[in-house]
Amino acid sequence: MSEVLFQEKIDKEQKIEPKDWMPEGYRKHLIRQISQHAHSEIIGMQPEGNWISRAPSLRAKMILLAKVQDEAGHGLYLYSACETLGISREELNQQLHIGKAKYSSIFNYPTLTWADMGAIGWLVDGAAIVNQVSLQKTSYGPYSRGMVKICKEESFHQRQGYEIIAEMAKGTKEQKEMAQDALNRFWWPSIMMFGPHDSDSPRTGNAMKWKIKRKTNDELRQDFINKTVGQAELIGLTIPDPDLKWNEEKSSYDFGEINWEEFWSVVEGNGPCNEQRLNHHIKAHKDGAWVREAAKAYSKKQKN
Amino acid sequence: MKDILQYTLRIADTSLILAQRLSEWCSKGPTLEEDIALSNISLDLFGQANGLLEYAAKIDQSKSADDFAFKRDERNFYNLQICEQENGHFGDTMVRQFLCDTYFMLFYQQLSSSKDENLAAIANKSIKEVAYHLRHSKNWLIRLGDGTKESNLKVQKSLDKVWKFTGEFFEMDELDHLMLDEKIGVNNTLLKKEWDNIVNQVLSDAKISRPKDSYMMTGSKRGLHTELLGKMLAEMQYLPRAYPNAKW
Repeated sequence: MSEVLFQEKIDKEQKIEPKDWMPEGYRKHLIRQISQHAHSEIIGMQPEGNWISRAPSLRAKMILLAKVQDEAGHGLYLYSACETLGISREELNQQLHIGKAKYSSIFNYPTLTWADMGAIGWLVDGAAIVNQVSLQKTSYGPYSRGMVKICKEESFHQRQGYEIIAEMAKGTKEQKEMAQDALNRFWWPSIMMFGPHDSDSPRTGNAMKWKIKRKTNDELRQDFINKTVGQAELIGLTIPDPDLKWNEEKSSYDFGEINWEEFWSVVEGNGPCNEQRLNHHIKAHKDGAWVREAAKAYSKKQKN
Repeated sequence: MKDILQYTLRIADTSLILAQRLSEWCSKGPTLEEDIALSNISLDLFGQANGLLEYAAKIDQSKSADDFAFKRDERNFYNLQICEQENGHFGDTMVRQFLCDTYFMLFYQQLSSSKDENLAAIANKSIKEVAYHLRHSKNWLIRLGDGTKESNLKVQKSLDKVWKFTGEFFEMDELDHLMLDEKIGVNNTLLKKEWDNIVNQVLSDAKISRPKDSYMMTGSKRGLHTELLGKMLAEMQYLPRAYPNAKW
């Protein structure tokens, strides 16, 4: 199948499956995007994992642990989807460890109070959903089907996060302060999650043509802001952006300038937790090497 | 009723503390699949602890399940001391888990015919979960014991280290006898034979040797613990204790 036929299939909204012919650029783009997504799920376990041992009630603890476990599950779906493109999980891990593959920069920020568990669920999962809902229609079959499954769980997480922060916003003075502080710290990193402005996003062109991405970074960011502002108002929290205001004409919110210097700096590795997150993952992988070897050796013995 | 409360707390604390320990594995598993499995087992145990503490709260009528979990000091915790031992490496955790799962299986089988309907119901629900946990830890122990030379040595060491905590499974104190007489509680002494059978079989399949029964730790029924529990509780209980008027 030539590139013309491939494009025709995409234009007719037919899914591309693992054994179908695809341009090398399409395959590469998918591996980069899906693995980045998978790594984000896995590294994203850490900032929330930081509070499992300290969750303030049995219910809160079980919800949080189940949520972080879901993230591991999402990572698993996504690695599997990625493996259908001819790359192994070991290679994907390797790329993460040497810094060749990235993960979402949001997870390089520390979680300092229990309110951060609310902010992450509400804002970070909220932002992820906006992106993932549009990815349910992505052109690559395994990725698209993975997204359908993931979206169901993510919307649950988003509601749970919102419940945590809402509860705190109507709680004691200290709890309210923690809730507002969490919003202050996570707001800007959350809206940066959608990536650079379309004008500065060189790869968007092909990704849109191939229907890997269905909406641009700026469109997704605007969707997220529009749906989140009201949620903050409802629980009496203030979004830390003095320029945020409703624009009647475009029927959507205007918002302030994003600090792209911070964004790129964190992407380049200078966030508060970049080193810690990666080292944690590398250590777990190394510590588990003897277990994986033993399992392999045992399974080999059973076959003989 | 006070006796049933105390008896319930012992079972609840054992699940709770082991769940808390296992949850420390989250994001550190040797494979992604195993990470998920460990969280799953931890969640089951938290669920069991929650059910038992809800029952304790019902008996007590003044405290909630969360009060029991988050507002008691270590001298008022009655979990078996094996549960509070550190996770160590994956082999340490699997050995501890296998020894506990085998005990839980036999204990809940007996408790499921308790005259106390609440305890019997919780036991019945737990058996299904524990059967899966036991299959999981047993298979890992065999895999690690019969895997590489390194893994065999490692789990042999794990077993030797933790063995002294297994005596507590089978202890009977005054309260146990009272509960047994009232057909509410379990005769722990009688669990030993079957526990030995299962453990000996699995250790033999795993090609590791059973340590000699020498000195055994004791005391958890009286709230005596290793120093590890206090630190676990300090971490676990910090938020509700630092903000006693807050709801979360």
